[in-house]
Amino acid sequence: MSLITTLARLEAIRAGRAQPAATVRHRHLSERPLVLVPLTTAGEAGAPLGALVGRDRDAPRLLVVPQPRDRDLRSVFLAELADIVLPYLESFADDVELVEGKEADPETGRQVTVERELCADAPQLIVPSRAGVDLVRLLGRSTRFRRTAEQDPETAYPAPPRVPLLGRWFTHFGERSRVPGASLLLAMTDLLSRHWATGQSSLEDQHLGALLAWIDPPGADGPTGAEAALRAELGRDAEGQLLCPPAGPATDPAFDNRLLAPAIERYDRARSALAAAEDGVAADALLANLSAAEREIGELVRSRTLPTWESVWRGLDLLRELPEAAHVPDRWKGDRWSFTAHRDRVASGEPPQPRIDDAVTAAQKLARREKEQAKLDAQEALDDPLVLAARRLGGEAFVGEVVDVTMTYTESKRPSPRPLITVRTEDRPHLGEKAKVHRSLDGKPQTAQFVGAEEEDGGEDPGGGPLLVVLRIVDRMGRGREPALGSVPEKGDRVCFTLFEHEPRGGPKLPDPENTPWTHGGPPTDPSPLPAADPVTEEDLL
Amino acid sequence: MITSVGAADAAFDPGAAAARVTERILRDTMSGAHRGVVVDSPPGAGKSTLVVRAALELADAGRPLMVVAQTNAQVDDLVLRLHEKRPDLPVGRLHSSDADAFDRALEGLDNVLLSDKAPALAGLPVVISTAAKWGHVKPSDAHWEQAIVDEAYQMRSDALLTVAGLFDRALFVGDPGQLDPFSVVGAEQWAGLSYDPSASAVTTLLAHNPGLPQHRLPVSWRLPASAAPLVSDAFYPYTPFRAGTGSDDRRLSFGVPSDGSGPDRVIDEAAVSGWGLLELPPRLTPRTDPEAVRAVAAVVRRLLDRGGAAVSERSPDPVPLTADRVAVGTAHRDQAAAVRAALAELGVRDVVVDTANRLQGREYDVTVVLHPLSGRPDATAFHLETGRLCVLASRHRHACIVVCRAGVADLLDDHPSTEPVRLGVTVKFPDGWEANHAVLSHLSEHRVPHRP
Amino acid sequence: MSEYLSGPRPGRGGPGPEPNQSAGPAGTLGAVHGDGPEGAPALRQRLAELRGPGVSAKPLDARALAALAANPGCERRALLDGAGVDKTALASALGAPAPFGQSQFAFTRGHAFEARVKGDGGAELLRLVRERLDPSAPEPPPGGARVPDLAATGPQGRTGRTALALREAAAAAAEDGAWTLLDHPMLALEVAGTPAFLEPDAVVVHPDGTWTVVEIKSFPMLDGSADAAKVGAAARQAAVYVLALEDVAARLEPSPQVRHRILLVCPKDFSNLPTASAVDVRKQRAVTSRQLGRLTRVEEIAADLAPGACFSPELPAERLAETVESVRAVYTPECLATCELAFHCRSRAREDGAVTVLGRSARAELGELSGVDAVLAAAHGEAGDAADPAVAALRRAARLREEALACR
Repeated sequence: MSLITTLARLEAIRAGRAQPAATVRHRHLSERPLVLVPLTTAGEAGAPLGALVGRDRDAPRLLVVPQPRDRDLRSVFLAELADIVLPYLESFADDVELVEGKEADPETGRQVTVERELCADAPQLIVPSRAGVDLVRLLGRSTRFRRTAEQDPETAYPAPPRVPLLGRWFTHFGERSRVPGASLLLAMTDLLSRHWATGQSSLEDQHLGALLAWIDPPGADGPTGAEAALRAELGRDAEGQLLCPPAGPATDPAFDNRLLAPAIERYDRARSALAAAEDGVAADALLANLSAAEREIGELVRSRTLPTWESVWRGLDLLRELPEAAHVPDRWKGDRWSFTAHRDRVASGEPPQPRIDDAVTAAQKLARREKEQAKLDAQEALDDPLVLAARRLGGEAFVGEVVDVTMTYTESKRPSPRPLITVRTEDRPHLGEKAKVHRSLDGKPQTAQFVGAEEEDGGEDPGGGPLLVVLRIVDRMGRGREPALGSVPEKGDRVCFTLFEHEPRGGPKLPDPENTPWTHGGPPTDPSPLPAADPVTEEDLL
Repeated sequence: MITSVGAADAAFDPGAAAARVTERILRDTMSGAHRGVVVDSPPGAGKSTLVVRAALELADAGRPLMVVAQTNAQVDDLVLRLHEKRPDLPVGRLHSSDADAFDRALEGLDNVLLSDKAPALAGLPVVISTAAKWGHVKPSDAHWEQAIVDEAYQMRSDALLTVAGLFDRALFVGDPGQLDPFSVVGAEQWAGLSYDPSASAVTTLLAHNPGLPQHRLPVSWRLPASAAPLVSDAFYPYTPFRAGTGSDDRRLSFGVPSDGSGPDRVIDEAAVSGWGLLELPPRLTPRTDPEAVRAVAAVVRRLLDRGGAAVSERSPDPVPLTADRVAVGTAHRDQAAAVRAALAELGVRDVVVDTANRLQGREYDVTVVLHPLSGRPDATAFHLETGRLCVLASRHRHACIVVCRAGVADLLDDHPSTEPVRLGVTVKFPDGWEANHAVLSHLSEHRVPHRP
Repeated sequence: MSEYLSGPRPGRGGPGPEPNQSAGPAGTLGAVHGDGPEGAPALRQRLAELRGPGVSAKPLDARALAALAANPGCERRALLDGAGVDKTALASALGAPAPFGQSQFAFTRGHAFEARVKGDGGAELLRLVRERLDPSAPEPPPGGARVPDLAATGPQGRTGRTALALREAAAAAAEDGAWTLLDHPMLALEVAGTPAFLEPDAVVVHPDGTWTVVEIKSFPMLDGSADAAKVGAAARQAAVYVLALEDVAARLEPSPQVRHRILLVCPKDFSNLPTASAVDVRKQRAVTSRQLGRLTRVEEIAADLAPGACFSPELPAERLAETVESVRAVYTPECLATCELAFHCRSRAREDGAVTVLGRSARAELGELSGVDAVLAAAHGEAGDAADPAVAALRRAARLREEALACR
């Protein structure tokens, strides 16, 4: 935790409410996100119990698995979820713009200009917490290998038609969410804690209710953030149920044991009774019983998810009050490319993502994420003085006034400008010999080389006084002997230089998977046949 | 716990032991029977000498060689060493197109060819570059039968993936005890996979090629007899090594007698025993603890002022302990900066002060170390990392002086052990916790309390 | 650790009993704490007084022992655990009840899984042990392995029965190269002078006479990987069993080797079928062993308490709080997931204005400053010495932060 963050959190403790951790919004927020608030059943990996889902804040769709152990009911749930999520995703697929790009011509190997489709906008999925992101990934993994009856008439538990496709998209969203700064799938707790510093630890910030209590405590004279957070964490009603249900997907054990388990038992009894019904009249009554039992579970699920649903939308409101950071559209474009590329893979009939990445894919993903992390760090600092402040404190950037500009030139036949500028700064950058520093010039990075630094007052107050930093600007001044207009800062200008690059370069190109070298096991053996769906044991069935 | 080798063990001939291993390494490399040969080299065990020797033998055998190192400084150093050893051997230095991509000292050398394009250097007996630059060379443009990969334990698996297509077989050389490579983003999803891109190159190589011959250089020529047993026990518990010199071979003495101060007393202790712990009163401090920083600077100042002289197997006459033979090691860059500033105030300018990362592979007569856990309120994985302490405690030929606040043992005892465990990941030994305790308990025998 | 409040459940992190671990109030450990044959009677007496008249000791189980490593600097926790104080009851009496609980769904599913793993005379379990740990050993005969009856009265009886079964298994291994599966054996481990009784899910004796601890958990291994925090917790728990088994082994002649790679058995992917992975627990074993050794400090901590100090939940909350306060605690947010008393300690730490309520790392750059008010005063120039680098850094941070916020 940087000292600036610590300080912000301490200020939050004193103020009794969260303090800004950003002055602008660093993540893209869609005009029309899809919010998903899922619940799962304890004891089983990724077994859904229900969800609230939808784009309309006032009209969430409630999905329920009244008997979570019943695989058929689970399938129904997944089919319903697919019927909501897939049309939403597909609504972004057709509105495209054409973008020029370069790619190698397959015959000549030469770089040629091609036009590619880029979706004009992309879908955005918002879940309450990081555990919700994990569940999206888990659902993706559990459904993308399933077979529909059409794909495999022999399969014992055929998946509803669109469920494997849902799995592929969930997998894609889950993987994309590991890319720093990516915004196709976001957890509300991450969004909020990126932009506000609460008076509690980051561990406690993962409780959506407590986090919101700090950021948006009820009323001016009401409880402090800490008091409201405590109530959100532990407050229970007379029946022993949490006032603020966990944001899921896990439920509170007290809810499971006291409310849900008896309701599921009633449902099971009603179902057995219906199955044993002897005539139509009896069956009608028993069916009504079953429906009532099912509705009861539905209401229980709704009662546990609705507060979280409201919290997620409240969080969106709060975030929308922050102005969008300058580089957000640039990064969102990356998300649009990601969405477009997966759209194309699905359309071209590629198989689902494998269980485990091969060596080249793993290395590629890691390299891309490292590059995106560096880019995100740089862009956030450029976009937000509060983020920059932490980098300045850490000696990775400095802000100051230009107090002197001296023109010098290279000693070549056609001399180029190499102006020396002196920057007076209160910051303490960690400048090593010949260190490169960068500033943003019309949105593009300009590089300078560190020449030397000394304390302004000759070291009367060692380590405390302003520093005079001499830099030599080395690029982006045009082709002539004299620098282009505005390309060199003038005396009196306030400038900001960073020690980190603004547009980090990518690493070397990786081999194609079929050229995986011997050190990494050689080329992958034939892509394994589609893994079988998971076996079912008798505990899974009623 | 620490047993002294050398004089007590007359039967051990370090030169012969090292020579035997070197012969085996070269035999395995030259025979070409295996695609890879792995050499573990503890601190100062002659890794660079081995690389130069292997390169020359391969060149003599007419087998074109590419050498992969990790930093430009390492590449330049290797080029210079090769040139020094065999000035008539054409050596290619492949460099990036950045300004200052290589040491200007290479420019004037006969038979050293510089280029930023691999095909321009293809056909030379030896071409040397960094892993990053090699990664941009296409296998279709250039190919080598043989490679040497230096500092292979500090190279990441994904970096090896980008260059391994350029060669058929390789000699991998490195020190498993130094700092592991790391990634700035999470790589947990690949943990346990044989080709985890964030793991070290050697881990991946051996996971896929378990039958490759593995050798270990058995002798540290750098570390004195006072240090090798401790460093070996604490950091290489399953792969021990010994000092190449006996306890009588090295001597550090000072012409100016002690003034009785803490720094002088710890210097005298270290001169006699090879180790010194200058212990400051317990106190929680930020990283740039001014008292500790000043204590480090004071020790360095006194080291230089007291007319130090080092006697070693390298020369019969005492060699003066000059600023270039002394270094200061820290965990963090801001600590290094603070020490530099404190040294400047004392008029010391030519002593290297750097972090463990940057001191890897370097060697001095005396090192002064600011203990990574000194004054900390909490121990973190970073500060407990075995490799960090190993690097700091193994750069010296004569003596190592550690400056530290009291209380680190308690800090270690109170450190929570709730590390996650990833299936399929080989547990790395030693544990940072154990290694820290081992070093601390040894240092406590050479403790000089100091109240600034 | 996102669900630190919703309490422990299998596959969801957090502490507390898992369904496949017989534990909890109806568990098998019994009120035996302090009944050890030897031990320090004075200490035992003192600890009994601390629990209060008529309050039996809450037995330490492997999970509690493993948790000692979670916050070894906390004297409060060391004392309360060492004395067998029921922290759940204590937390409730203090008005800050622990939010831990367990869902019956998890319980049912976990039991079904363990039964499946051990079904058919342990054939599947032994197959996994052999495959993952000992592939060169002969396969167990079709009828399965030896599965001795370990039933006996009371924990001591069961411990004795287990020791006997292990001895017989050693003999059977030596004679016929037999595999033996011990289903829920009972082991004793001396902790701060008193024995704690521990019940691993299973211990397997290999044909070569070596012993393996088996941990059965209900979180999944998905495509060969599992939640690293949960695997870590399982490894620490297994390490306690390894230590206890090594005690038993040391009393046998020749001493069998206890393997330091244990077998972790989990559901495979989304199914209820078992899969397994070998886990090297050498580090966890070393850590636990060290922490157990340090538990002797319980005596020193107890000695510092006021005479008559008592943690009985019957006492009025105020008095209890006072006694609890008199033992030094080291609260950190991680406690919320591992200690029943954490919410009480958190509210105290908040009242005291300790910066560590933000996490251990909050103090890293603050030097000697440890209070919220002191840090803020130093940051805003109201207190502190500007020559102290912590104070200087804070002021710099505060100035930069204000400057940045003014840009809005």
